[in-house]
Amino acid sequence: MSATVQNLVNQPYKYGFVTNIESDTIPKGLSEDVVRLISAKKEEPEWMLEFRLKAYRQWLKLTEPTWQNASYPAIDYQDIVYYSAPKVKEKKKSLEEVDPELLDTFEKLGIPLSEQKRLTNVAVDAIFDSVSVATTFREKLAEQGVIFCSISEAIKEYPELIQKYLGSVVPVADNYFAALNSAVFSDGSFVYIPKGTKCPMELSTYFRINNGDSGQFERTLIVAEEGSYVSYLEGCTAPMYDTNQLHAAVVELVALDNAEIKYSTVQNWYAGDANGKGGIYNFVTKRGLCQGVNSKISWTQVETGSAITWKYPSCVLVGDNSVGEFYSVALTNHYQQADTGTKMVHIGKNTKSTIISKGISAGKSKNSYRGLVKIGPKATGARNYSQCDSMLIGDNAQANTFPYIQVQNDRGRVEHEASTSKIGEDQLFYFAQRGISPEDAISMMISGFCKDVFNQLPMEFAVEADRLLSLKLEGSVG
Amino acid sequence: MISQNSEVILAVRDLTAEVDGTPILKGLNLEVKAGEIHAIMGPNGSGKSTFSKILAGHPDYTVTGGEVLFRGQNLLEMEAEERARSGIFLAFQYPIEIPGVSNLDFLRVAYNSKRQHAGLEELDAFDFDELVRQKLDVVKMDSAFLSRSLNEGFSGGEKKRNEILQMALLEPVLGILDETDSGLDIDALKIVAGGVNQLTKPDNAIVLITHYQRLLNYIVPDFVHVMARGRILTSGGKELALELETRGYDWVLESETVGAGA
Repeated sequence: MSATVQNLVNQPYKYGFVTNIESDTIPKGLSEDVVRLISAKKEEPEWMLEFRLKAYRQWLKLTEPTWQNASYPAIDYQDIVYYSAPKVKEKKKSLEEVDPELLDTFEKLGIPLSEQKRLTNVAVDAIFDSVSVATTFREKLAEQGVIFCSISEAIKEYPELIQKYLGSVVPVADNYFAALNSAVFSDGSFVYIPKGTKCPMELSTYFRINNGDSGQFERTLIVAEEGSYVSYLEGCTAPMYDTNQLHAAVVELVALDNAEIKYSTVQNWYAGDANGKGGIYNFVTKRGLCQGVNSKISWTQVETGSAITWKYPSCVLVGDNSVGEFYSVALTNHYQQADTGTKMVHIGKNTKSTIISKGISAGKSKNSYRGLVKIGPKATGARNYSQCDSMLIGDNAQANTFPYIQVQNDRGRVEHEASTSKIGEDQLFYFAQRGISPEDAISMMISGFCKDVFNQLPMEFAVEADRLLSLKLEGSVG
Repeated sequence: MISQNSEVILAVRDLTAEVDGTPILKGLNLEVKAGEIHAIMGPNGSGKSTFSKILAGHPDYTVTGGEVLFRGQNLLEMEAEERARSGIFLAFQYPIEIPGVSNLDFLRVAYNSKRQHAGLEELDAFDFDELVRQKLDVVKMDSAFLSRSLNEGFSGGEKKRNEILQMALLEPVLGILDETDSGLDIDALKIVAGGVNQLTKPDNAIVLITHYQRLLNYIVPDFVHVMARGRILTSGGKELALELETRGYDWVLESETVGAGA
């Protein structure tokens, strides 16, 4: 890669600052006592502790997966802090009681929480290390019966809903990281949309890892009752540290008859430096259950950060005529490794799924799409369309596609298309010869490449995602 | 159109250049004045295409000696995009396909970057749309091409016409056409040549790089140069092209060997 491309991709990470704040942090290490301690700190009911302990015992029996196309040194699970929370006086009743340092941190990240400055049509749950520090527009949403709060509050205030749905889509022993999360998760968001309600604003959770030694294990649960609709967005950033931090989240979505959930992610965790030192390990389990007839779940993700991404937002299409969608842009640079994709499991009749995956690899990075399309024996009339496109920037990056297709009845239809394109010297020279700078050329080519995915993002975030990609790629081609 | 007092647009003196350590240009001299059309002909591997890419600033080539002045300015010090904005246009032999970027967007950004360079205000999407539709006539292109991805899935002829459309829009001071005639059927060739002829003006110049005299039936050059082994061996008027057509290149190459020995 020549200098121009290099410079373009190597833009400094601007969210890498650390907030100085007094924290309540437990010692490193994981044991049954630590699980009990977390539960106690959160003043949880007995059933919640049981849930955690069951998960912890399962986790001990599981082994860390090794099949993904990524390599990293062994993680020492005893060297991680499992609970770290900014010290607060009492549980905050209003934003005025939230530590100004925290409000300031989120403001710097472009997520103003205070009454005057907050985004007008987006409600935000702000999570700092292990706990939720503020949720905006709670009362306004409550008027329509919409519940939007931290999962800790939900465990206390809506125990029936949590007991019914938590772990119903991703069982505690589903996989190694999901079991770990189920044992130690400290916060996350809970959304409940009542029957027939269209959620009046975008809901969003913003995750911030601050503590250098702490892992972040958040848990998100969204339940959309019959005929309801919600659009939800999550964003994430972290300071720059030399060491790797583990982020192992679980997200569960449940859509009942005729309900629709649109879940978008703009992930910009710290990716490590140009030599591959530091960065977040993003090992996440996300799964949506289209339980009801005609229900629809759509995942849109823009993944730009993390040293390693290991993530397959999936849809289990149980209800007849239900629809699953996955739109993804994954960008890797330097030594980043991404192994990401989706699973579409067709169980009900006439279920439909669409997969549009765009991988962009620059530097010496590795970018793999891994996806499963499974058409079950009873899923007559099921259809899937998959399109996996890779773009290589420079000559040292890798792109791989691993599609798995399992069809168990002869009345389904599966289509798969793939392409590879390149941004190299010839492309940039063509633009330059027409007077277009390398920066603008890359930005035009990337936007064009990602168009199908960006079109799926809520308006405010599509612009943000476009800008984020150009920034990340600044200095990368040449 | 030619007059002794015309502005010198391009002056190339003793230009030497290499790619990956292999010398390609070995002392090339050329002067192009405003209002002139020059044709550079020569056998394969003579360095014609390399010369056009060096003028446009392709990063793969290293200039090892000599100088190139563009309207009196040192061209070799300028970045490729700066050269383009200052009025150098290269019609590519193999235009690159760019999926996802619409032809119209590409044209608009290119056009506006040139306007910006000239200190003019950018044209908005509506005004630009009007402008580009007028230019489509130059190469008899259908407006449906504008919404398609840049060159993606275009036929050979469509790609070349698209190059000339870009040239019509950017109105270069020096237009370099690298084998624009290759792969064109006779109808497409006429359209492309007709487009180029509409774009020749007293204050700009054209350098045509071609294998065949065929194109020169439609775009009549003022000067014809024969290039081989990285140099221009002989130059003449348009009749030289006809002579090459009937006699081939060998006699030029031989006379050069003799000349060098003498």
